[in-house]
Amino acid sequence: MSMVANPREESGKMADTLTGKAGGPRTGEAGENRTMASVMDRPALHILSLYHRDMNIYGDSGNILSVTRRAELYGFRPVVHYYNPGDPWPDQVDLILGGGGQDHGQERIIQDLHRRGPLLGNLAEQGVPMLMICGLYQLFGHYFETSDHERLEGIGILDVHTVARSDRMIGNLVEQSPDFGQVVGYENHSGLTYLGEGAQPLGTVNQEGRGNNGRDHTEGARRKKVIGTYMHGSLLPKNPAIADFLIGAAADRRYGQDTLKRMRQSMDQANRQELGRLDSLAGQASRIAASRPR
Amino acid sequence: MARQETSGKGRQERRPSPMRHWYSFLALPAGKTVRAVSRLTHHGGSALPGRVVERIDPTFLARTLSRLPRGVVLVSGTNGKTTTTRMVASMLESLGLKVFTNPTGSNFTRGVVSALVSTLGLGGRLDADVAVLELDEAYAVHFVRQVKPRYALLLNVMRDQLDRFGEIDTTARLLAQVAKVTTGTVVLNREDPRISALAAQTPAKTRVAYFGLSDDLLTYFPTDDDMHARVEAEGSMNDKGSEASPAVRPGHHLPADVVLEKVMDHRAAFRVDGRRLETDVRLEGVYNLYNAAAALTLVRSVLADHEPDDQRLMQALAQVTPAFGRGEVITYQGASVELVLVKNPMGFRLALSSFDPDGRDTMIAIRDDYADGRDMSWLWDVDFTSLRKSGVAMVSGTRAYDMALRLAYEQVPVDRVETDLDQALATFLDAHPGRPKRIYCTYTSMLRLRAELGRVTTVSDAGVGA
Repeated sequence: MSMVANPREESGKMADTLTGKAGGPRTGEAGENRTMASVMDRPALHILSLYHRDMNIYGDSGNILSVTRRAELYGFRPVVHYYNPGDPWPDQVDLILGGGGQDHGQERIIQDLHRRGPLLGNLAEQGVPMLMICGLYQLFGHYFETSDHERLEGIGILDVHTVARSDRMIGNLVEQSPDFGQVVGYENHSGLTYLGEGAQPLGTVNQEGRGNNGRDHTEGARRKKVIGTYMHGSLLPKNPAIADFLIGAAADRRYGQDTLKRMRQSMDQANRQELGRLDSLAGQASRIAASRPR
Repeated sequence: MARQETSGKGRQERRPSPMRHWYSFLALPAGKTVRAVSRLTHHGGSALPGRVVERIDPTFLARTLSRLPRGVVLVSGTNGKTTTTRMVASMLESLGLKVFTNPTGSNFTRGVVSALVSTLGLGGRLDADVAVLELDEAYAVHFVRQVKPRYALLLNVMRDQLDRFGEIDTTARLLAQVAKVTTGTVVLNREDPRISALAAQTPAKTRVAYFGLSDDLLTYFPTDDDMHARVEAEGSMNDKGSEASPAVRPGHHLPADVVLEKVMDHRAAFRVDGRRLETDVRLEGVYNLYNAAAALTLVRSVLADHEPDDQRLMQALAQVTPAFGRGEVITYQGASVELVLVKNPMGFRLALSSFDPDGRDTMIAIRDDYADGRDMSWLWDVDFTSLRKSGVAMVSGTRAYDMALRLAYEQVPVDRVETDLDQALATFLDAHPGRPKRIYCTYTSMLRLRAELGRVTTVSDAGVGA
């Protein structure tokens, strides 16, 4: 496992990144005079990319970038842990991101996932925010039934199960979420996922043939601070409300209630502007995405 | 737009039965008529005559191609099909063969039939020694059901059109169908684990030839799996060592017919059959030189019975010019405008590492028509940090805001975002007169930009719109 403050930076450049120097003229004003020491003083947020090597297709790395960059702008010191099967579990984990994989990717991680299942379940109970896309969404459920009617056991953090089918649901996807408003992304999966009583959908879709199972108009699942969804896109850059939900839950759990709210209020002007720019671009990109053909 | 034809459903439903109808003699004249009419009406669809012929005479393709003395060469894979096909055809021609090839972009069966229709005399004989055909992975499977290729070149499997074929492993299985029926030689990329593994799928009598990279060049060509472990590798303290780790390249030790050894400015060195050969090239971009290694391997296989001497082989390669949108350079008011086609994360990444952004204005045009791919996820798998310093002057296309958002998260400065391509191009071209320009664009953006550029300056016919 490797660990670094920002996934796009080599370790030596960390100070520059965190003070915004690497961002060029548009973001360069932020805290030019801050030293490495003051960066280290910032509250750390430990983000774990679950099975980064095998379960990270369809641009899922955009989710890591989105969370780390936003956390940085809010004034945190994001630390990303890339976890792969067999790696030691980091001492501190505040937020977990997981993605989709090829079939063979799932085979490579399944044993380790079962081993880490109780630990992950425990963290979920404690309110650690997690975002699981596609393949790991399915495996966070009770089981995945293959086309040969074999059962691949999941870790049951989400009260869902998935049944394979031959054709895929593929295309742009828009859903309405009570907490996050309109969520846009792209789905590409062949499993049909059904929600049990203990799971809330992330959102609802207005047409059949899409979403969790193509029938019941649900998409994704939630329990505590855990979100499972089929939304690629990457999801978080175009849906910053979800990114902030994850960061907020992580920060509040680690540093006390309303931490994110306080950090937001004390943001400096340059960072505030940069965040505004990101969100305005996200809004435009989402509007267009929602209007595109399936 | 030719590639729109590749819709999965249409492919299944319209597949003609291989039975030859009594009226099949009408197929070729009918196809020619349709072609003439569609040209007159500027319909421009290169697939239409092919469709008519396929309907009337389903055995047309197999019958016509089976008469070729040196058979059929099939080129497939995710990245580099067009460039490599062009190289192979061009080199074989330089070396004295009469070559039939399908025009750029029509890389599906019907496009091949259409190209045949326009080439054949009414007698139906194809005046060529060999056919060199570029085929999309799914169409390659459809094609080999009708025609068994004598040679197949399988380049790579990258996550590109995942939304079309499902998963990358599925794509590899499509290519396995090609390897299984190739009768002469299958040429494989030893550095791509999913491709080198196909050697096991070839028939016993079929020869397997590999092309590869020297150890030094491996880092330029990460495999698909490497790329997805990339972020992690770059983040780790021991720098980028793991990018070319041998663990993910089980085929790297295999003896290769041609190895790309060294890349210089418009010059490349290869190890061919153990001998070091060097030549000037007109091709742009490091990745095209690796395609050249693939093309050399294939050309040597096709001409195995009277192998060209080294000098002629290198001369043939030196004459190859870049294909449409693969580093094609157009001049506008004294400044060069370079068009670089990007269609998947690996291609985009290779392009960014091949071309220096300094001293140029950069534009990126992203659309999401069917031929481009609807899913924008891939933009998040491209590392854009190399553009941080120079910035991007213009971002355009239907999905301009997806691209702008991507660049914003990567902290790459962007001057303007304009979804309308024509307007964006005009603004971009006139911003700094005389300054060289480069446009990274998706497939349909490229078609549109070329057409627009054609209105204001000379754009050569690089084989499109046939």
